[in-house]
Amino acid sequence: MNIIISGDSLIPLYEQITNQIKEQILQGKIDQGSLLPSIRMMAKELKVSIITVKRAYEDLEAEGFVETVPSKGTYVSLNNKERLREIRMSQIEQQLEEVIIAAKSIDMSLEELQKRILLIYEEV
Amino acid sequence: MNSIVFQNVKKQRGDFVLDIPHLEIKKGYITGFVGENGAGKTTTIKLILGMLHPDSGSITIDGKDIKSYGAEIKKHIGYVGDPTGYPEESKLKNIKKMYAPFYETWDEALFEHYMKRFKLKLEQKYGELSTGQKKQFALIMALSHRPLLIILDEPTSGLDPVVRQDILDVLMEHMQDENISVFYSTHITSDLERAGDYLVYIKDGQIKMNQPLEELLSTYCIVSAPKKLFTEDIKKELLGYKISAFNAEGLVESRDLAEELFGREAQYHTPSIEDIMIFLADRREA
Repeated sequence: MNIIISGDSLIPLYEQITNQIKEQILQGKIDQGSLLPSIRMMAKELKVSIITVKRAYEDLEAEGFVETVPSKGTYVSLNNKERLREIRMSQIEQQLEEVIIAAKSIDMSLEELQKRILLIYEEV
Repeated sequence: MNSIVFQNVKKQRGDFVLDIPHLEIKKGYITGFVGENGAGKTTTIKLILGMLHPDSGSITIDGKDIKSYGAEIKKHIGYVGDPTGYPEESKLKNIKKMYAPFYETWDEALFEHYMKRFKLKLEQKYGELSTGQKKQFALIMALSHRPLLIILDEPTSGLDPVVRQDILDVLMEHMQDENISVFYSTHITSDLERAGDYLVYIKDGQIKMNQPLEELLSTYCIVSAPKKLFTEDIKKELLGYKISAFNAEGLVESRDLAEELFGREAQYHTPSIEDIMIFLADRREA
């Protein structure tokens, strides 16, 4: 697991931690079912307060990414792939919406937009 | 769960009155204790250590009243004062020999581990150590009996950044045990900005704030705006403000409230602990 945090960022520290763990779960870099470091260990290693990591873990749990087993630790949730894919899908849809709004603002037709998407899709 | 609890504590020293109706220091966390010189930090710490006695009220540590359980409680407190004050002529090994027997929980292996880590030698005389090394040694002495409550009075003042970071690292290692609490008075607020869990702010003998630091830094907001926006009504809503020749700045409890008060003509940013302290200290002047 890689976590890089910046004290100068406008994004609060706990959110930086949540975002990066989420991303790595979504990308499969952190295995489902694996044990995350303890809150205190993570705080020590990142040199942030215990409360900061606690809040990050609580947010991850509230969103269903991890599960805490009392006196055992925090695990990455199992069988989450479908749900995670759905989250990704809705994010993509949101981004597409923005693209479409931008396209409409310069009177780009659907056909024209599709053509461009196809072009870029094949390139990437 | 609480580590330290103050209940209706009053203490007068000359003209100065410390008045703490209620204060809770949470167990398992690092609490930073800030305030200007003379605000009452050292008096508060001396009361916790039993070096001073309150005129009225009670102080409990881990649920035990320090008046009745003073001796027992002290065994589980590690204290680093400012200055640290060991005999200058003594060798470190003799200082250790003198203090270690007081503690049943003294951990010789831990002591040696820290001596090595901070590169201190048993044969060195205390008086030959640098300011930073004296603090490190005092910290080693305070931690080697594995105390449950660690009280530090200005542990990092006058130290260079590398030594300060070392001291914070060691404290965070200790925090791996969730029964351990740290109460830490400091001027150097940047030390706390990341590692501190709670912030207690004292002013004129009264506790003005006791909050999770994360919450404080993520909700409080500094507003910079043209002077004309700082009307009397608006000033009442601010926690503090400064008015200069070209603009004015204020500290507001939340970003939402700030935007409601000032709208689009203002700029908003996140305060540091130092900003918060300065605004709270200046509240009535400017």
